Amino acid sequence: MVIHMLERIGRSVIVMLENGGRVIKLFLDTVGHLRRKPNGHHVLQQMVHLGVNSLPIVMLTMLFTGMVLTIQTAHEFIRYGAQSSVGGIVFIAMGRELAPVLTGVVVAGRVGAAITAEIGSMKVTEQIDALKVMATDPVAYLVVPRLLSCMFMLPVLGIFAIVIGTVGGYLVASTYSGISSFSYFHSIKTYAVVMDVLGGLIKTIFFGAIVAIIGCHKGLTTAQGAEGVGRATTGSVVASMILIFISNYFLSVLLYR
Amino acid sequence: MISLKNLSVAFGNKPVLNNISLSVEKGETLVVIGPSGSGKSTLLRLIVGLTKPDSGEVWVGDQEISGAEEDRLNVVRRNMGMVFQYSALFDSMSVGENVAFGLRQHTRMKEEDIARVVRRKLRSVGLSGQENKMPNELSGGMKKRVSLARAIALNPGIVLYDEPTAGLDPMMSATISRLICSTQRVLGVTSVVVTHDMESAFWVADRIAMIYEGEIVECGKVDEIKASSNPLVQRFINGMAHSGAAAKRRPKI
Ligand SMILES: Nc1ncnc2c1ncn2[C@@H]1O[C@H](COP(=O)(O)OP(=O)(O)OP(=O)(O)O)[C@@H](O)[C@H]1O
Ligand SMILES: [Mg+2]
Repeated sequence: MVIHMLERIGRSVIVMLENGGRVIKLFLDTVGHLRRKPNGHHVLQQMVHLGVNSLPIVMLTMLFTGMVLTIQTAHEFIRYGAQSSVGGIVFIAMGRELAPVLTGVVVAGRVGAAITAEIGSMKVTEQIDALKVMATDPVAYLVVPRLLSCMFMLPVLGIFAIVIGTVGGYLVASTYSGISSFSYFHSIKTYAVVMDVLGGLIKTIFFGAIVAIIGCHKGLTTAQGAEGVGRATTGSVVASMILIFISNYFLSVLLYR
Repeated sequence: MISLKNLSVAFGNKPVLNNISLSVEKGETLVVIGPSGSGKSTLLRLIVGLTKPDSGEVWVGDQEISGAEEDRLNVVRRNMGMVFQYSALFDSMSVGENVAFGLRQHTRMKEEDIARVVRRKLRSVGLSGQENKMPNELSGGMKKRVSLARAIALNPGIVLYDEPTAGLDPMMSATISRLICSTQRVLGVTSVVVTHDMESAFWVADRIAMIYEGEIVECGKVDEIKASSNPLVQRFINGMAHSGAAAKRRPKI
């Protein structure tokens, strides 16, 4: 019984390590292809497709996150007479953690899923094989543009996220909690430093890479059949989200200590 | 031109091809027949290096490709075209873009020259003026023909056809058979054609090989196959001839 359980745990650890190795190999392969100039047209197309189209949902998420964060902090801070630090707190929380992580998660759900579904259905309908037969490397043709555009577009989305989140906070602070706009923005100026934003944006570059590589990997390894695509898509979203949360911790340790 | 030596392939513990040896001369058309699931598509995938054999060698020209890394494989593939059993068209691209794909990837041709080649290839498969259709607007048989146009767009020296006439009406099937013959004659193409359509097989073949349960049970000139004393072969070609066209099967999702 115990041995049986240990065996199962061992087997799943091996599978996990194997997949981890494959993902890293795909990443290195992709980076290797960057020596040749990537197709600018494809990268741009992906940027629009993956980045610009995610903007509305990222903004909506961040607006309400900024609002709820302020409503919670302002109430407590006013009790302790610290209303003059609400703006700074909201902004720093946004810049360092909330904007990058939530942008990453939203993009994982939207873009990661789209990448896996698209490449996965190409896999099961032999379009990936057709690419290979036409002497076109699927990594160079499909993965490189997606990786580049995710790594470039996530910081851009991140900037929007920080701004919108802070504005959301401001709306609630000024209308609901009675904090003046001078006090809100003054506190941002007093407490925040450049690194609060820069660190967050650096994080988003990593999250973009995670979403793109996991999305492509799951797509390229999709099992036969339509349900294979569904399973790969769910797996892709779950895996990128988990990796975003875990890597976020370590990035915070590296960047903010 | 193509030479397979003692090839064996198994998926999991299920052997699919058993110690197969086969060769195709330059400019020759070899037709491969055999029941469903006998490993015909697998045979074609071995020739383009999509499937690696467990043992044996695959020679294309003067290159052994079963152990080749992607870069060397891609050099060999530049000279190959393949019509997939289920077409495998890029469904994010229009018909024209599908046919132009290889030209855009591997040549520096000007757009107007590419458009001209695309128009000519589409005409040869009976799809003039369909450049701007998307694959999901096409019938199965039309997809098949676009796939064929795409495979021959770069005038490759070797073309592999996986059931090029399956799902086509008899007239279109004849057109495709004629096209296979004329590509072979005009461009000196070496081809391997997998088919269930015996009429088309007898028409285009220089030689016919029959696969059964992972082995080649018979291989020879058309007349030799017709006169074969092997009951398996007789049952296969006659069974097919009596029931008319090839059995039409549902595409894999
Ligand atoms: N990727 C794969 N994984 C596992 N088994 C496979 C795979 N590809 C093919 N097979 C098996 O190998 C056998 C031969 O398949 P193949 O597609 O070559 O047959 P075929 O002769 O082309 O059949 P059909 O005429 O139906 O197209 C089948 O039994 C199939 O189940
Ligand atoms: Mg087949």
